[in-house]
Amino acid sequence: MLGISEFQLKVLELLHEDARIKPELIATMLDVAVEEVREAIAALEQDHVIVKYATIVNWSKMNDEKVTALIEVQITPERGRGFDRIAETIYLYPEVKSLYLMSGAYDLQVEIEGNSLKEVASFVSNKLSTIEAVLSTKTYFILKKYKQDGIIFEEHESDHRMMVSP
Amino acid sequence: MTNEASQVSSVPVQARSIKDFLNPSVRDIKPSGIRRFFDLVSTRKDVITLGVGEPDFVTPWHVREAAVMSLERGKTQYTSNAGMPELRDAIGAYLDNSFQVEYNPADEILVTVGGSEAIDLALRALISPGDEILIPEPCYISYSPITVLSGGVSVGIETFAKDQFKLTAESLKKSITPKSKVLILCYPSNPTGGIMTYEDWLPIAKVVEENDLIVISDEIYAELTYGSKHVSFAAIPGMKDRTILVSGFAKAFAMTGWRIGYACGHPEIISAMLKIHQYTVMCAPVMSQYAALEALTNGLEEKDKMIESYNQRRRLVVQGFREIGLQCHEPQGAFYAFPSIASTGLTSEQFAQRLLEEANVAAVPGDVFGLGGEGHLRCSYATSVASLTEAIERIGNFVHKLK
Repeated sequence: MLGISEFQLKVLELLHEDARIKPELIATMLDVAVEEVREAIAALEQDHVIVKYATIVNWSKMNDEKVTALIEVQITPERGRGFDRIAETIYLYPEVKSLYLMSGAYDLQVEIEGNSLKEVASFVSNKLSTIEAVLSTKTYFILKKYKQDGIIFEEHESDHRMMVSP
Repeated sequence: MTNEASQVSSVPVQARSIKDFLNPSVRDIKPSGIRRFFDLVSTRKDVITLGVGEPDFVTPWHVREAAVMSLERGKTQYTSNAGMPELRDAIGAYLDNSFQVEYNPADEILVTVGGSEAIDLALRALISPGDEILIPEPCYISYSPITVLSGGVSVGIETFAKDQFKLTAESLKKSITPKSKVLILCYPSNPTGGIMTYEDWLPIAKVVEENDLIVISDEIYAELTYGSKHVSFAAIPGMKDRTILVSGFAKAFAMTGWRIGYACGHPEIISAMLKIHQYTVMCAPVMSQYAALEALTNGLEEKDKMIESYNQRRRLVVQGFREIGLQCHEPQGAFYAFPSIASTGLTSEQFAQRLLEEANVAAVPGDVFGLGGEGHLRCSYATSVASLTEAIERIGNFVHKLK
């Protein structure tokens, strides 16, 4: 992959703020031709820098009964391949929403989503714990999401300015 | 009660109405046109406003934290009248690094309650009754009223879109009389977004020198220039001693509500301003001084990010107005676009009022900013991209409906 240019960074920042922003608007805001923006976006998609254009949803507003848990997992790394192969085994499960390799007291942080408490518990005991390299798991259920990916979920007043001022 | 006293109280006195107690020069000052428009806007719902004269960022977190920490540590006392020495040092270093103007923190820098107080102090320190104060317009709405309150006569100098609202030596010369004393400059300009380059300043400096004027240079938007770096009038050769540089933290560091600014100039002038300052406000609020110190010490990078974001939105609105068919000179500073609405045949006030009532967009009619403002609309682009896009669309529909 080629190095990311300052221009590409600015394009990414604007897309990260609003995935639906039009290339024409980006071009105006960065004072470049729209073709340049299209090319930059295509290259970023090609290189998997832009992975996906997804929507951040506050599912709790949809009377969604889904349960989310964060699981701390300790594992024995494999000779030669470290954590990556075990990570792959875990992230291929569709229940796994996110997976991070961590520094500190445990190795992997797994985010699981299930339809019920039981379903999550069963995933941990039947699927996760039975992986040979897994030494231990600690499961924490998420009670409420306040903020995700820098976006605050609660409706809150963010502009306190007067409507007109000198 | 003595006889004498009862005699005095029995003298019939024509009772004054409360209004008669007021100083006539205060009584006769008109409330600002912005105020009237504000009242109109506040009666409505779902308005997109381009009328806000302050950043849409919140003060950076580390700056807020510095103020909180100062409170936690019990730093709640008066500071030195001129402001905390470490803050004055930081302001001196910042001005030198950023704009190549050197001031001695000991006697050439005064920390004030916002740039506004600094302008008030400067005018009060300079004006004798009847002095004429030259003010290029359209401009920030306070200069003329403060001039009048200080006993001066305000003399507007019209600037034009064809000159990108720059002040020209010719128009300055035409307005000078033997009574002229002070020239107030505000570049980058609120409301026009106009700036002055080094080359633009040189002929102005010449006129200032030839006519022995003193300059109050309000450089509150100094950090917000796009394309070229701000040139302080005090940095023009020979002008430093003739200039009172006024600035503050509000616009560059998103700190409007902290009310913290400063004035820099010749020690004789600064000490005169300090006299008024110490008798009227003692010192700027101490927690705001700590916040300002933090902004200068660790806030420069975040400031640059905010400026980049304004620049992107500036291009969006200018392009937007041009696509609608409204002439819009390219603003190169501050966060305002000042498009012409003359082609619609409406006055600024009519346009702004109907835009509000028919399209639910608020923007400030240009005439409130003085000479040369009529026929224009001040649109602040310090608001979200989504709001700007929607506002431009609404303005476009409104303008097309007029045709």
